[in-house]
Amino acid sequence: MLERLRRPWPDHRAEFLLGAVACLLAVAIVAMVVFVARGAWPTFSHDGLSLFGSGGNVDTRIGAMQNTTRNPPASAYAIHAWPLIYGTILSAGLALLVALCVSLASAVFIVDFAPPLVRRVMGPVIRLLAAVPSVLYGLVGILVLVPLTANHIVTTEQRRSVEYVIPLSGGVAVTVVLLALMITPIMTALITDALESVPRPWREGAIALGLNPLRATIAVSLRAIRPAIVAAAGLATARAIGEAIVVSMVSGGVSFAPNPADGTIFLFEPFESLASTIIRNADSISAPAIHSTLYAFAALLLFSSLILSLAAYLVRLPLRRYQSTS
Amino acid sequence: MADAAPPLAPPRRRHGRRESVWRWRRSDLAIFALSWIAGMGLCVITSALVAFFAVKGAQYLRPNLLVQSPSPSVSQAGSGGFLDPIEGTILLGAIGLVIAVPLGVTTALWVLEFGRPRWLARIVDSTVEIIAGTPDVVLAIFGLALFELGLFAPLSFGQPGGAFGRSFLTCGIIVSAVAIPSIYTATRNGLISTPRQLREASYALGKTKTATIRRVVLPAIRRDIATGSALGLGRIIGDTAIVILLLGATLQTQTQSSTPILGLLRGTGSTLTSYAFNASPAGDGNAPTKAYAAAALLLVLVLVLNWCVGRIGRIGGPPLHTERRLGA
Amino acid sequence: MSILAQRIRIEPQAEPEPAIERLRLEDVSVFYGGIAAVKNVSFPIHQGEVLALIGPSGCGKTTLLRTLNRLTELTPSASHSGRILLDGEDIDEIVDTELRRRVAMVFQQPNPFPMSIFDNVGFALREQSRRRPRRHEIAPDVDRALQRAGLYREVRDSLDHSALRLSGGQQQRLCIARAIAQQPEILLMDEPCSALDPRSTATIEDLILQLREDLAVVVVTHNLQQARRIADRVAFMYLGDLVELGPTEQIFDDPVEVETREYVAGVFG
Repeated sequence: MLERLRRPWPDHRAEFLLGAVACLLAVAIVAMVVFVARGAWPTFSHDGLSLFGSGGNVDTRIGAMQNTTRNPPASAYAIHAWPLIYGTILSAGLALLVALCVSLASAVFIVDFAPPLVRRVMGPVIRLLAAVPSVLYGLVGILVLVPLTANHIVTTEQRRSVEYVIPLSGGVAVTVVLLALMITPIMTALITDALESVPRPWREGAIALGLNPLRATIAVSLRAIRPAIVAAAGLATARAIGEAIVVSMVSGGVSFAPNPADGTIFLFEPFESLASTIIRNADSISAPAIHSTLYAFAALLLFSSLILSLAAYLVRLPLRRYQSTS
Repeated sequence: MADAAPPLAPPRRRHGRRESVWRWRRSDLAIFALSWIAGMGLCVITSALVAFFAVKGAQYLRPNLLVQSPSPSVSQAGSGGFLDPIEGTILLGAIGLVIAVPLGVTTALWVLEFGRPRWLARIVDSTVEIIAGTPDVVLAIFGLALFELGLFAPLSFGQPGGAFGRSFLTCGIIVSAVAIPSIYTATRNGLISTPRQLREASYALGKTKTATIRRVVLPAIRRDIATGSALGLGRIIGDTAIVILLLGATLQTQTQSSTPILGLLRGTGSTLTSYAFNASPAGDGNAPTKAYAAAALLLVLVLVLNWCVGRIGRIGGPPLHTERRLGA
Repeated sequence: MSILAQRIRIEPQAEPEPAIERLRLEDVSVFYGGIAAVKNVSFPIHQGEVLALIGPSGCGKTTLLRTLNRLTELTPSASHSGRILLDGEDIDEIVDTELRRRVAMVFQQPNPFPMSIFDNVGFALREQSRRRPRRHEIAPDVDRALQRAGLYREVRDSLDHSALRLSGGQQQRLCIARAIAQQPEILLMDEPCSALDPRSTATIEDLILQLREDLAVVVVTHNLQQARRIADRVAFMYLGDLVELGPTEQIFDDPVEVETREYVAGVFG
């Protein structure tokens, strides 16, 4: 029988086997959706849309859930996760804003202004930033940035003003800075590649019309790669939404909804995100109510990342087409 | 006409007067300044980050840490080293690669060399994209749900109601997912850039497609596969969330049974990432110095892998955007 | 005397009025790295005339054209010596963006931007001023440019459609409109019809003849018949040297230099 295996395989057998393995991945994705939905089902069925509402303290609710036994009553599943959802959107949104500005500016720098020496260095720099593990960002945050803000930036009056409600420390500001730092490299890389593949005739034409290099880049190249920028932003947002480790380490660990109306204090208010809550309560996942609650959060994350990934994929499709014909 | 000496060549100019930056629109001037700040700022931040961990590593990383096992202890002095986390990182990296490389390469081969029916190939292609975009916590949760089924008890150990679900094997299977997109994309780029003539020459000699792939194409893209694997390995060893959820969170490596290899694979343990996380104020630990030491070691590993990628890759390295998943 | 020495022949002609000299090249050489692509070229260009640069591939005519609006500066290894005077000013002393407003260029492959027709033609007008002008401020200039380029009637109802939807010939006329929207003094054209079909070519050649009333036009062309049709004067370049320069009839019917005679006869190309 070994003899038969060692003879060269006919193409159709190889195609079938290779295809089966490839489809394994697709099957795995489907299985992921199914399993996560299944685990989340109790929470969704008992809470329905009130899951997205606000009311009550998430931390105390989860704490209470830890004591649930098998087949707990419907009320045990009740939770209003709005602070977490808000925290996720807030941190990811602000990080995206910062990262968008920084990566557009860096991409323009790399393509137009960087001296040749610097330009050669930027590639490895960006690759390096992208390769740093998130726990390292978290360490820098929790051991350096958070004490820095807590001790030197937040004033005592500010702290006293919210003393009975929440502790002020790094919170929103540190989290957004670190998240932005994590998603900037990938956005910069994508945008730089897109800028460099804008057809040269367009750029030459703009220069020949008497535009300076920056104007030429902004008016022609950046405008031409708008789909790529959108796709990059989508991917970056998916990344920021799902980041659990950094957020759990620096966000302050209190499921509070930071209020922009609070002025500068807003930057230092603590919060929690869906992903960080999952990580922080991972030990108690055997309790059924917590189990399905965490799965529900995972389902929300899965859903949003699916949508963002798909949107980014679709947006890049026509871009691929116009690039190949030019 | 005799020349006494060759006439001096007239001076050559590279460029004439350029428009002064100060004549630009004010918004453009701001963007100009911002782009310099952003570009140089990224360089500065990166160097600062590396320097920071280099300093902390030099301060706290001691050879004895590398060979001692960690022990739970209140004081930092007594909490031992991180031999087990190092073992865990290596083991997990190995398992993850062993799964991810065949999967990633095979998938890319099928999509590009065969890829029929077209709609299926496109689905598989977007599947890899989806995996790349899925948060690692979600992957971990899925792994938990999957391997807690009694069906998969052999992968960890059985429990009333199903299985424990957390072991090196289960964690390794899930963590391979963070490496698959890198390997897939690198293989894909390699396949696209192998010249058609290579394949056609093989067909002209009468070789089947399968034989061509085995003997001609795969050897040609060895470098790309290696690059993708190095990138993927970097992601695997940098991942924390999947480890926390699926490796059982025991400080020391615990084997499951007495069978030599299988017992280890079914056992639990920790990695440098989970160790650093736990040693920091975010975990139970109270040992920031140990956290710094572990983190510095981890960074060294990641940098070495990154450097390898630069060395073995094609000229210029892989295009920047092949790296979609960031270290988790 | 050796072939490499520069020779210019300008036949005295009975001109109705003295032609205004817009551009003058003085001993211009262009180098890529160490290699000279253009060697010691000197000649004037007058308003109201079309000058055709002809010569075999690699003779330096495109390089010379691109030097006239300093587009060679986009190539890092390029350098030049000698002077080029635009209305008496050394173009190296004129700010580059300002120079390119006065000396416009049309390329071999039509390269309309991925925007609407209106945005294409108004592009330079919008982007150059310190304050971005509103649409109604530049609309008259856009219309005028389109009319001069002979494109207005065809696109006046679809100014906001994408420029990429136009045909090749229309796109090239759009590029011409875009170039003349700023009312330049000189128009440089690098083989403007080589990518087009014969009918579009004819349209553009008529256009060139009309445009020369207000501008000086320099056309690089591979097509000897085209040079014959549209040019007032012809400059023949070979291996970086300006071999001969003279009125069209003279170059084609009675050239002085041997190389010129052989080239126009098709002995080499």
